[in-house]
Amino acid sequence: MIGLEHYLIVAATLFVIGIFGIFLNRKNVIILLMSIELMLLAVNINLVAFSAYLGDLTGQVFTLFVLTVAAAEAAIGLAILVCFFRNRGTIDVEDVNVMKG
Amino acid sequence: MGADLNIILPEILLSVFAMLGLLVGAYGGKDKWAPMFVWATSAVLVATAAWIGLQGAGTARAFDGMFVDDGFARFAKVTILLSAAAILLMSEGYMARRDLLRFEYPLLIVLASVGMMVMVSAGDLIALYMGLELQSLSLYVVAALRRDSVKSTEAGLKYFVLGALSSGLLLYGASLVYGFAGTTLFSGIIEAAQGETPVGLLFGLAFICAGLAFKVSAAPFHMWTPDVYEGSPTPVTAFFATAPKVAAMGLFARVVHDAFGGVVGDWQQILAVLSVASMFLGAVAAIGQRNIKRLMAYSSIAHMGYALMGLAAGTAQGVESMLIYMAIYVTMNVGTFAFILSMEKDGAPVVEIDALSLYSKREPMKALAMLVLLFSLAGVPPLVGFFAKYSVLLAAVEANLVWLAILGVIASVIGAFYYLRIVYLMYFGAEESELDKGGSGVLWGFLVASAAAMVLGVINLFGVEGAAAAAAATLVN
Repeated sequence: MIGLEHYLIVAATLFVIGIFGIFLNRKNVIILLMSIELMLLAVNINLVAFSAYLGDLTGQVFTLFVLTVAAAEAAIGLAILVCFFRNRGTIDVEDVNVMKG
Repeated sequence: MGADLNIILPEILLSVFAMLGLLVGAYGGKDKWAPMFVWATSAVLVATAAWIGLQGAGTARAFDGMFVDDGFARFAKVTILLSAAAILLMSEGYMARRDLLRFEYPLLIVLASVGMMVMVSAGDLIALYMGLELQSLSLYVVAALRRDSVKSTEAGLKYFVLGALSSGLLLYGASLVYGFAGTTLFSGIIEAAQGETPVGLLFGLAFICAGLAFKVSAAPFHMWTPDVYEGSPTPVTAFFATAPKVAAMGLFARVVHDAFGGVVGDWQQILAVLSVASMFLGAVAAIGQRNIKRLMAYSSIAHMGYALMGLAAGTAQGVESMLIYMAIYVTMNVGTFAFILSMEKDGAPVVEIDALSLYSKREPMKALAMLVLLFSLAGVPPLVGFFAKYSVLLAAVEANLVWLAILGVIASVIGAFYYLRIVYLMYFGAEESELDKGGSGVLWGFLVASAAAMVLGVINLFGVEGAAAAAAATLVN
């Protein structure tokens, strides 16, 4: 029987993969955007699993909000990325280094 | 329903204003309206601040408690709106001369302000998330406002990636809190988080604190701050350093007191560690900076450390001192950035602090005003900045966090060095600076007003203390 904890483990795994994708990825900024999306979707799995477990609809409403915001976020991220590419001519993560932080 | 809408009327009107402005800007002459937009937007923001500020006391809850309008929210909203309006007024001349004044700019600032107003009024995890994202998405765009500059777009990109990461952390925490408390309402969470708290709730709290620490740029989640401050156009940097910080601290206070007020001991340690790390990192890392925008970034990290110290006290007095600190911090930063915006050489902006050497000979009045502001930022008595630090230290001591207060004093002594170095350069530098004389009257006005407030405010802090005490009392009980 698949219970709540299985969903939570899947979500936690995806979330950790997303975080590692952001920090270990040295190649491409697009992969960063995919990792961010992965993190948000892991959160959605969490919310829906809890919502079904608790028999409470709020979690699913929250999921819809998160999906909408994630779409807007991706649109803005890609727009900024296009501007960056026009100026820099590359989207390698290693080349996002004009300023040293 | 009508009563609910009445409570969020200021937010609705500001959103409608932004959308109408967008239509006017898109269908009528695009950027030729931009200067008028800036003035109109500032007027609208000030009017909204006055409206909210003059509303009577009392607490109103809309949408079953998802949106709370209380004294705390009103205090934060007035601070946010006034500082946003001040930054807009200061940026008009700078942006117009550099062909940056697009009509989107004031409208994005309005949308970000609406997001911040929702943040400080949030009574529910969903409202918290929506407000935070409305603010963040607008700020990502204004950071990359100078589309043809590598630095500005890089700043936007870095801010976006790390901001999205922090939203993800916060959201994961929110999902855990929802699962273990069974509700997203703060009023429900505080009932679940009493005494023996489930481990899941504590995990959620830790994730939410990490996400919010990103937004207030507290160490060790500060790494985006210097780059974003350096790369963004200076007026945008000024905006980043003021209103969003107040909103994020307000949201922080709301989450820890409204939702987790029953487990003070659990989040107190997190906030104390964040506070110490920020104070020391801000003080030490700023010493090597030659770029004044990066220096202000580290300065804001250190200041957030002090504000977090007030919050870490976990008492009404702590929240009060945090609100006083933020109000004073914003006033000082408005003046300091008015000075930075007026640093120009042959019409081009200068950000190197070495360019300020012997500035006092060239512009004695401006140098004096900046001296007052820098002393105040460093927390030198008897200026107002000292009373800001004093109130958070006092709150920490009264909450039995003496070690935190002592570390705070040590960090402020280290931090005073880099402020005083700018003063030293301005008065005893080697060769005379070649910065342009004169400059815009608006910037001059804000600089002098802010410096005067730092001196005259010592009498009674302009009544901020009483307002902050009343605001804190509505949050902590």
